[in-house]
Amino acid sequence: MSNDALLVLDKVCKSFGPVQVIEDVTVEVHAGKVSVLLGENGAGKSTLIKMIAGVHEPDAGQILFNGQPVRIRDTKTSEALGIATIHQELNLVPSMTIAENITLGRAPRKIGIINRRAMRKIARDALAKLELDLDVNTPVGELGLAQQQLVEIAKALSLDARVLILDEPTAALTTTEIEHLFKVVNQLKDQGVGMVFISHHLDEIAAIGDFVNVLRDGKFIATVPADTEESELVRLMVGRDIDAQFPRVATEPGEQPLLSVQNLSDDQLKDISLEVRPGEVVALAGLMGAGRTELIRAIAGADKYSSGTVKVAGKKLASFDVAAATRAGIGHVPEDRKTQGLVLDASVAENIGYATMAATAKNGLVDRKGQKARAQKVAERLRIRMSSIDAPIRSLSGGNQQKAVFGRWFTAGAKVLLLDEPTRGVDVGAKVEIYELINEITASGGCVLMASSELPEVLGMSDRVVVMSQGRIAGELATNQATQDAIMALAISNVHREEEMGIK
Amino acid sequence: MSSVATAPKKGFDFKAFLANNGALVGLVILCLALFIATPRFLTGPNLLNIGIQVSTIAVMAFGMTFVIVAAGIDLSVGSVAALSAMGSSYTVTTAGLPDGLSIPVGLAIGALSGWVTGAMSAYGKLPTFIASLAMLTVVRGLTLVISDGRPISTSSSVSWLGDDLGPIPMPIIILLVSGLLAAFVLNRTVIGKNAFAVGGNTEAARLSGIPVKRVLVTVFVISGLFAALSGMILAGRLDSAQPTLASGYELDAIAAVVIGGASLSGGVGRISGTLIGALVLAVIRNGLNLLSVSAFWQQVVIGAVIAIAVGFDVLRRKNVKH
Repeated sequence: MSNDALLVLDKVCKSFGPVQVIEDVTVEVHAGKVSVLLGENGAGKSTLIKMIAGVHEPDAGQILFNGQPVRIRDTKTSEALGIATIHQELNLVPSMTIAENITLGRAPRKIGIINRRAMRKIARDALAKLELDLDVNTPVGELGLAQQQLVEIAKALSLDARVLILDEPTAALTTTEIEHLFKVVNQLKDQGVGMVFISHHLDEIAAIGDFVNVLRDGKFIATVPADTEESELVRLMVGRDIDAQFPRVATEPGEQPLLSVQNLSDDQLKDISLEVRPGEVVALAGLMGAGRTELIRAIAGADKYSSGTVKVAGKKLASFDVAAATRAGIGHVPEDRKTQGLVLDASVAENIGYATMAATAKNGLVDRKGQKARAQKVAERLRIRMSSIDAPIRSLSGGNQQKAVFGRWFTAGAKVLLLDEPTRGVDVGAKVEIYELINEITASGGCVLMASSELPEVLGMSDRVVVMSQGRIAGELATNQATQDAIMALAISNVHREEEMGIK
Repeated sequence: MSSVATAPKKGFDFKAFLANNGALVGLVILCLALFIATPRFLTGPNLLNIGIQVSTIAVMAFGMTFVIVAAGIDLSVGSVAALSAMGSSYTVTTAGLPDGLSIPVGLAIGALSGWVTGAMSAYGKLPTFIASLAMLTVVRGLTLVISDGRPISTSSSVSWLGDDLGPIPMPIIILLVSGLLAAFVLNRTVIGKNAFAVGGNTEAARLSGIPVKRVLVTVFVISGLFAALSGMILAGRLDSAQPTLASGYELDAIAAVVIGGASLSGGVGRISGTLIGALVLAVIRNGLNLLSVSAFWQQVVIGAVIAIAVGFDVLRRKNVKH
């Protein structure tokens, strides 16, 4: 590519101890262009970003800014060059207003006193650049995640950022919010801001990117135009062809339901009834806040519900009792593995063993040998990549961490798997492996209830789709007859049964 | 980070050892310095003296380790130690019950106090800081009520806890036995592993079917038991149960656990580390006494040591996790 690049990482290398994480990688960022970084978890994307942000310095190779070699020693240097990073975890103070956040640490002052009027003006100007209509006096904590993200981008722009790094900005956003974000990104392109964009969603690349830098195992593979075929991108990223992104093998379902939920109600759940038979995968679709997570958690015993029953293989489960649900054969893979699924300081073996630790203990002593042996077995079966079974689970990549949560329930012999966004933040290769696990469960007579926001996943991996809207079941579709449009139509259907039936 | 990871695999990895055992290294350096500074440090009587000094704080800190590993804190241990010492003595010397009941009553008081603190925070949803702060005052008050503010003489079995067994003082024997017991429970039993899981990530533990509330109550009961034992050792050494016994000891116990490498945010902690932490505090006090440093300055030094020890630990962790 040409030499007019804003920022160039020129053949950079980085090792941590004996492990070479980045090897001869070259990435260019051009003004007014979006440069996509694509690679599986562990391919080196975050290390690369950290080099640009001044967290790590390259061992070899150089960084050019406006054609001049620079050393980005620390985050301050990076900031001074006009580089800003929008992380998945936002750096905002929830209790402070938008204006205070945008001017954090550099509030305009008059004789030592903060000039609130000037502060609000800076904030309003920053929001105006993004055509955002928000009151700058609103505490950031009252905004939704998507708006907080935009505030953070506004903050970066008011610091005259010329290079913006967006680290998986769409991971937690709804479709509409993503569209809005892309609109903003396009405005920034027009303003000449160079951007680096990271996403696991291949469809977003063509929508927003200009060119794609593919990394694999820390090595630079190729730079290709953003309109490259998805299958080609996957091949570059994974290094092999993936036969099918959604390898669902349907099983003839059994007669008697394995999981049955009757008239489950709570603050956010209204009279939910559904059945899942052995061998079936039922997907729960719906917008954010439709009650999918709440339903999954209620069935798993994680949250209380006010009325209704949950039965596994015909036996009624006690409400709000995870241990009872576990004994009945329920396994729950929660929405967020870091905060709900794993004890990050504990080892892989311990994390896999938590659901079975008490049951396998003898006289109150942990069966450490057995725990390790069982974990080792399941880790091999699920192809969990790790340095050892005693390694802290923190050191594994996202996909492998997620497989360890699955491994916990495989070890416990769970027959009913409740999956909440099972492949969020998981790369393509590991995604397919997780889908194969789902197939294994149904092939062996288990069943799966899967809440997912990714419609391709819903359509690709389920046998039936139950669509939720405002805490109710809005409808059900056989997957082979369902389309994205049909699901969305149900998801946004407003069910006003309360008014119709005149309930107080 | 890189230098640690590139160390050769063969032989003893000295740098990794240093990084993982900062408190132990500090303790050794401290002892060497005192050995050079004063001939009175490395003598039998002085070492036994340090052993006795460290036993009360260390035993208390062993129990505290369970609570801190489970991401809680127990401020009530000093008061619990006093009430247990008082109760165990009162049973025999004032109420006239058989001497054999003395120690069991003391331990029961500790367990019950711990249970109340644990239940307040697990079922009453009070933060452990507040629940145990309330118990600190309540339990100290009860101690004063029972004793009417006056010391009472200990039962003979409690006095025995402060005696010698041959050449070795009983407190040191109790220290070693209770340390081994605590390490065993923390690392090998379901109770201990549950404490790590709850402290490391409460929600993940709950969603795995671990009874989080029961775990929280259990660690406080354990803390209460160790505090009671510590209180009775202290009373045994003095041959009297003072109403102000062990006041302020909770802070030394917390300091020992934290110097020993435990994290106040939970999920991390070792009994051996806690013992080293308690030894660091005791050796510094002893050394400053031997060097005739004024008691006022000693407080300044101890505070600085706590800050430095934990500061190093924070730095080390940051490097490991990069």
